[in-house]
Amino acid sequence: MESYLWIIPFSPLIGAAINGALAILYSHKEKGPREEIISFIGCAAPLASFVIALMIFIRMIGMDEADRILEQTLFPWIWSGALNIEVAFFVDALSMVMVLVVTCVGTIIHFYSIGYMAKDRGFARYFSYLNLFMFAMLTLVMGKNLPLLFVGWEGVGLCSYLLIGFWYSDIYKAAAGKKAFIVNRIGDFAFLLGIFVVYVATLEHGAGTLDFPALSGLVAAHPEAFRGVATAAGILLFIGACGKSAQIPLYVWLPDAMAGPTPVSALIHAATMVTAGVYMIARLSFLYALSPLAMGVVATVGALTALYAATIGICQRDIKKVLAYSTISQLGYMFMAVGVGAFSAGIFHLMTHAFFKACLFLGAGSVIHALRGEQDMFNMGGLSKYMKLTALTFLIASFAIAGVPPLAGFFSKDEILWSTFTSSLSPGWLPMVLWVVTFIAAGITAFYVFRAVFLTFYGKKRLTAEAEAHVHESPSVMTVPLILLAIGSITAGFLGVPQVLGGSNAFHHFLSPAVGAAEHVTHAVQGAGDSVQAIGAAAHAAKEAAAGGVQLSSYTGEVLSEAGGGSHGGSHGLEILLMVLSVLIGIAGILVAQAMYIRNPTLPESISRRARGLYNLVYGKYFVDEAYRETLVKPGYFLSEKVFFKVIDVWIIDGIVNGFGVMARGFGTVLRLLQTGVVRTYALFILLGILYLIYRMVG
Amino acid sequence: MITLDHYLYLSAILFFIGVFGVLFRRNLIVILMSIELMLNAVNLSFIAFSRYTASMDGHVFAFFVMAVAAAEAGIGLAILVMLFRNRRTVQADDLTLMRD
Repeated sequence: MESYLWIIPFSPLIGAAINGALAILYSHKEKGPREEIISFIGCAAPLASFVIALMIFIRMIGMDEADRILEQTLFPWIWSGALNIEVAFFVDALSMVMVLVVTCVGTIIHFYSIGYMAKDRGFARYFSYLNLFMFAMLTLVMGKNLPLLFVGWEGVGLCSYLLIGFWYSDIYKAAAGKKAFIVNRIGDFAFLLGIFVVYVATLEHGAGTLDFPALSGLVAAHPEAFRGVATAAGILLFIGACGKSAQIPLYVWLPDAMAGPTPVSALIHAATMVTAGVYMIARLSFLYALSPLAMGVVATVGALTALYAATIGICQRDIKKVLAYSTISQLGYMFMAVGVGAFSAGIFHLMTHAFFKACLFLGAGSVIHALRGEQDMFNMGGLSKYMKLTALTFLIASFAIAGVPPLAGFFSKDEILWSTFTSSLSPGWLPMVLWVVTFIAAGITAFYVFRAVFLTFYGKKRLTAEAEAHVHESPSVMTVPLILLAIGSITAGFLGVPQVLGGSNAFHHFLSPAVGAAEHVTHAVQGAGDSVQAIGAAAHAAKEAAAGGVQLSSYTGEVLSEAGGGSHGGSHGLEILLMVLSVLIGIAGILVAQAMYIRNPTLPESISRRARGLYNLVYGKYFVDEAYRETLVKPGYFLSEKVFFKVIDVWIIDGIVNGFGVMARGFGTVLRLLQTGVVRTYALFILLGILYLIYRMVG
Repeated sequence: MITLDHYLYLSAILFFIGVFGVLFRRNLIVILMSIELMLNAVNLSFIAFSRYTASMDGHVFAFFVMAVAAAEAGIGLAILVMLFRNRRTVQADDLTLMRD
């Protein structure tokens, strides 16, 4: 089974190559290639990956917990001195979850795209890009070493750029693509520096390696030595994750990325690519666990982003923008989870979020498709009469994201909140503050999502005449994916029912071989506080936990789940209380939305009129884009034009190049005087030369 | 008694007559003839040395030089003919194409 691993990423690559070739072949013809052929190739490729991933998953379940690691080395990539990097795939429990989410949601969205992109001139190009994205994303989650992860990381960035600017003849969409690419580049620079830091550190402590298993072993062997490295590399890599996963301060590209086709927003900018940062931190959990500072930064940025983006979501008019800010906010939850050391909770939320957010986006896409491109929610309303299936699935996904039990979002969000509340982050007040911030954000989330639901599907109809004429339920190739994702939004949560509700938290248990040891280490290190002795003890625990690695992990799950109840300072009673609170705030958010947009539709306007300044601030997205433009983009332009172009390029670079030309011409002018063209003159020079040589030889 | 020195002096005189012919005459035909003179001056010294050292090597070189001189004269005159056809002149100073 291990030898089939390579097919998972390469199957979409082949699909991308075929469809790309077809797109190029037909680029000058009047009609594109037949859509049936394109969509067959485009959907079969990720479907094959999904089937093989499922087979590998079934095989993995049957294995002993300690041995649940599959590896396949394809070929050496970089062999240079101490640096040996192979193209190798590595699937453990963590990668397995990611591969399943990516291929499952990805395949569903590929099928949906057949309907959404029908009759588009770039049909073949679209599927080629989408398949290429699958290849890059699967390389990212299956790569055995950091450079291979980085290849996938850049690859998904490229595909994101290509797909945001898919309709490139629209200048604003092309610009949105560029913005995404450039903002990501800032993060990627720090990410690359992070990789270098890790590599240099490994060189100092034995062999230089970037392979995850070897790295994990090395860090476990020298936990004290790697503490400083963990902070530096952890924060640098997290800056990269901020770019890719749209966290403060690099989130600004994601709302603009909604310019792409809606299935792209669902797949890349909600379910998979933007979660790469969370995956990366979970993958390097053994390193992050050693640095309370890096973890604190991750958790704090995550919590702030969760609240911040949620507040912007309140005032957006564009249905896709609401979902975009919601994605940023939910990613914040995931980062907070991994930041407090609850890696499996973060990945759990990643998975459930992939289902319900993809469902929301595809539902929004279905509405936009039906209304011929209308995206303003204030031009919708009452659509549930026309689009029953879309409305129903959208509603289910909304309940899921609002955290209403027993839907998926309830279990995952609650696990994050509980892990945060009981975490041992220092200073001691931090877990409490983070909990309150994200608790409030949960209420706001429920409010803005149901604001979107009520504005779109219920209440008075506010359609434009053109949209009214076209409104219809989408074809089944679009509604069936919606139903599948809605089923996912309902059921995915049952994989991780916490013990306090009588579940066994199978998800957590499944992931514990991959991240369980790191969760243990996090608590040990963070719990150690400042006392030197305690840090030593924590480091020892870290060493033991990580060195024991897999053997330990078989019972870590039990240890941790016991600890989750008792040793982290929480109790079952408290856990249930918090759970009830977060359900209540979710329901409160829904009721407020209902009061404002169904029962009393004039209320929002009177509120916004009364709090004009605040409304404008939030509606203008806190004017962060404008602030960036003034403080970063404009000085950047100024520097480029006035300094780099006018001075360095024109004077120095051009000066050097032109200088060589002028110099050559000067020499030529002088030497040309010798060229008379008269043969006899040359003969005379030859004679003089010979005489001189004879003189030297004789004299 | 005519010694080797005499031959060499004669050879040198002939050679420099050839050199001055090449340098100072303008007619290309005369220049070609001067080159022949230089080559024959060299031949003379080869033969003289050959005789003096009682070795046949000089003869061999002399034959080579004669063959080369014949080829050179043939090609040179052919070029001259073509030049005259195209430019209506065989004056070396009129032919300054290499500069222009």
